Amino acid sequence: MTTPYKTIVRDGLWENNGVLAMLLGLCPAMAMTTSATNALGMGLATAVVMAASSMLVGMFRSRITQEVRIPVFILVIASMVTLVDLFMNAWMHELYKVLGMFIPLIVSNCLPLARLESFAGKNPTLPALVDGLFMGLGFTIALTLIGAVREIVGVGTLFADASLLFGPAFKFMEMRLLPTDTGILMMVLPPGGFLVLGLLVVAKRMLDVRAGKAIQMGGAHSAA
Amino acid sequence: MKAQRMLRHGVILGTFCLGFGIVLAISDSITVDDIAARALEDRLNSLSEVIPASIHDNNLVTDAITMKNERDKEITVYRATKGGKVTGIAYEIFGSGYAGQMKLMMGLDTQGKILGVRVLAHKETAGLGDKMEVKKSDWILRFTDLSLGNPPPDKWKVKKDGGQFDQFTGATITPRGIIDAIRSGLELFAANKEQMMDIAADQAPMKEAH
Repeated sequence: MTTPYKTIVRDGLWENNGVLAMLLGLCPAMAMTTSATNALGMGLATAVVMAASSMLVGMFRSRITQEVRIPVFILVIASMVTLVDLFMNAWMHELYKVLGMFIPLIVSNCLPLARLESFAGKNPTLPALVDGLFMGLGFTIALTLIGAVREIVGVGTLFADASLLFGPAFKFMEMRLLPTDTGILMMVLPPGGFLVLGLLVVAKRMLDVRAGKAIQMGGAHSAA
Repeated sequence: MKAQRMLRHGVILGTFCLGFGIVLAISDSITVDDIAARALEDRLNSLSEVIPASIHDNNLVTDAITMKNERDKEITVYRATKGGKVTGIAYEIFGSGYAGQMKLMMGLDTQGKILGVRVLAHKETAGLGDKMEVKKSDWILRFTDLSLGNPPPDKWKVKKDGGQFDQFTGATITPRGIIDAIRSGLELFAANKEQMMDIAADQAPMKEAH
């Protein structure tokens, strides 16, 4: 049987999107989406950690017994987060200064743990890596969407300060869509985050319904 | 049998802990020097923004003392010297913002005139309260050259509170916190001038107190 990579990718990016379908990882999804730039940075850092930890768990899955899998998974995630934190601090310091505060927060995200439990623990290395990577990218897309809507409606800009985060080459992303001081402040405050997330979940379901598919429920996962 | 199974799980968990422990220890030892160097660079960078290079010939980071500020919090006071004479000092000041504490670095000359103020760390709302960052707006630059008597103490407030400083669009609490921090920082200097600029009282005697 060939591994259905296409399904894994589709699931990660859209069908079973961590935030918009499973409603997992809401803590960073609310806290870090006050601007599209922050959201993108947080998403990418999470994707790296998810890909690395999924790959490791896939590799060692035959050694991990049912009884101790949860502590091992948590150990793997925490170690990956610490490694990313150390390496970025030492060798990508400019990026670290902007992203640094998000990285320890990845541990509090339940999406990586959920993927290890439901996918990587039962699949070989390569599919696990692909699943971790694309679930992470799906998370990134969802966060960036929430961040973009909140930033446009709240402050009137899009990807403000992207050049500070990713380097001067990304200056082209910075846009001002509405005149200064026309934003609705509430959107960048916590209630705005929940509002935008709710609307995006509705939008995703509507698109799915229009496409004539049965609505895929998030299943038995509970959001933390 | 049961004990054997428990042992097996213990061994598995223990092996993973040991393995990742070793990986983390190695990574830490590889990166520890680089991280320390980066932290030092950051410190030097933030100091060089509030103390012009032209007024000192010493190493700002090493030429420092610690003392208690007005809230009994320990702060480090960096001294700029040229030809053995103190030409300026810099220290951290703290203000309360909309989302918690804001940490700033302020540089003063020997007369208590502000050489520069920069925000080091804050948690203010992105896009609203972060205009005090110098890379986002030049708001914070307006404090340069001011001192405790200029403007008079009752004008060290945002305009909304009857002072002379503009709040920035969308945020009043942040600038209010920064102005308070600067004012109390200047008062700290006025009250402890001798101690803060006393070059003879080098690092050692200050550290003994703790």
